[in-house]
Amino acid sequence: MVEHTTAATHAVVTLDVALPGIIWGWMITLNMWAKSIGTGAVLIGVYLLKKYGDRVESIKTLMPVVSFIFLNIFLLFTLLDLHQPLRMWHIFFYPHWTSAITVGAWLATIFTGIIFVMAAGRIMRKVSDEQYNKLMWAAFIFAIPVTLYTATIMGEASARELWQTPTELLQMALAAFIGGSATYLIFGIGDREIKRDLAIVLAVSAALSFIVYMGEYYFGAMKAEEVAATIAFVKEGGSYHTMFWVGQTLGYILPVVFVIFALRTQSNSLLALASVLALAGLWIAKHVWLVIPQLLNLS
Amino acid sequence: MKLGFLVDLALCMGCKGCEVSCKVENEVPLGMWRLRVKYVDVGTFPETKRTFTPLRCNHCENAPCERICPVSALHYLENGIVNVDKERCIGCAGCVMACPYGAIYIDPETNTADKCTYCAHRIAGGMMPACVVACPVEANIFGDLDDPTSNISRYIMEHQGNVKVRKPEKNTHPKHFYTSGGEVNLNPLASKREEGYNLFNNITHLKHVGGH
Ligand code: SF4
Ligand code: SF4
Repeated sequence: MVEHTTAATHAVVTLDVALPGIIWGWMITLNMWAKSIGTGAVLIGVYLLKKYGDRVESIKTLMPVVSFIFLNIFLLFTLLDLHQPLRMWHIFFYPHWTSAITVGAWLATIFTGIIFVMAAGRIMRKVSDEQYNKLMWAAFIFAIPVTLYTATIMGEASARELWQTPTELLQMALAAFIGGSATYLIFGIGDREIKRDLAIVLAVSAALSFIVYMGEYYFGAMKAEEVAATIAFVKEGGSYHTMFWVGQTLGYILPVVFVIFALRTQSNSLLALASVLALAGLWIAKHVWLVIPQLLNLS
Repeated sequence: MKLGFLVDLALCMGCKGCEVSCKVENEVPLGMWRLRVKYVDVGTFPETKRTFTPLRCNHCENAPCERICPVSALHYLENGIVNVDKERCIGCAGCVMACPYGAIYIDPETNTADKCTYCAHRIAGGMMPACVVACPVEANIFGDLDDPTSNISRYIMEHQGNVKVRKPEKNTHPKHFYTSGGEVNLNPLASKREEGYNLFNNITHLKHVGGH
């Protein structure tokens, strides 16, 4: 453990360069957050359409429109975060396929194209039901890797021991389920049964996400010295302690509690509130997790 | 050919000659470093000792920075050097996230990634890296690891059991070695770093041109 090593040697850095600070900041958080809504709207939307058919007819337009808007936010901030945004085309002309960034960029571009055709087709009434169905399934299939690929980028970021692909894959999937279900609850889609379904998806995803974070919080330090040093930033006395708990409370704890009350009292406004909180908390939780490994001195 | 570096920490006296020569040779911008010498004090007064550790890119054989780069701006040269193509780089900073040694920075003047290249341009012209030339005590040993008669290969053979790399658990297979180094030299978590008491705390960083 780091504390033990330091105590044993009484070693203190007496001359060194300044730490580089946070390189992937709020734009990357916004990127992940918007992507969760953009893909979640499709994953949950297709589920609703398959299960409830005509009872959720309105989402046939809403789903691709919401998805398209959030995918564009995601793509815009991905671009803005580049230090050389005008060279983005290099990814398509000089692709390096071992990089999850490359694979993700290609998948996200194809996915956004499909969503655009679906949204435009519905709005301009230029797409038949049969064509829409085909596009919908293509979108559903692409939504899965587009949701998940960021976890692989985080895994490839070998310097950040905190981010492990298997855990992040789960967190990305749960974030998409939260994003999708919360969006439809805010729009007040469907009758009581459908809302109940969405509320359960929201609450279960939030609860599972919270459990994974708690697993990292309490047991992550056992894995590696670097994880212990990173987790210390969110533990008591750490610079991100408060923000971490604000994120966990808004994003996961309160939505679960509110969903339980909302289902008992059949309150739609409480469901909408739970959804808004979940989306706000999701942003904060993701941001803290993105930033804390970057506070560590690597050399 | 596989070029490698070895620093004999028993020889290094912390003069920072290598650091300065690197800055000048590669025109490294203000506030950025390809190579630096870190001072760590060990022990409790009066039983204290100062250690000096030059830190640069390890030119890993299994480099995470090369793997994550979406456009192959980071690439291997035939001599094993992990090089940067600044014209190709899109500035995504994926490599900064991936390098376990914090060896890469985003150059504020070009808005692209940069790092130690073992002075690839000098090597191509048959010269040694600038830091090797500048070192007054020859603590930096540079050469071909594939050639058993090279200085570096012989040094490694002679110091068997005393040769280490940084963070071997990361599976990066560094081609940069240290002799006479311990935890305090090679593991950044083995020393306490109190912000606000370093010489370069108030260092001025150049603003990124056209970036953020
Ligand atoms: S030390 Fe870092 S920058 Fe250098 S090759 Fe290894 S991973 Fe890449
Ligand atoms: S910043 Fe440049 S060199 Fe680094 S991964 Fe991105 S494109 Fe490659």
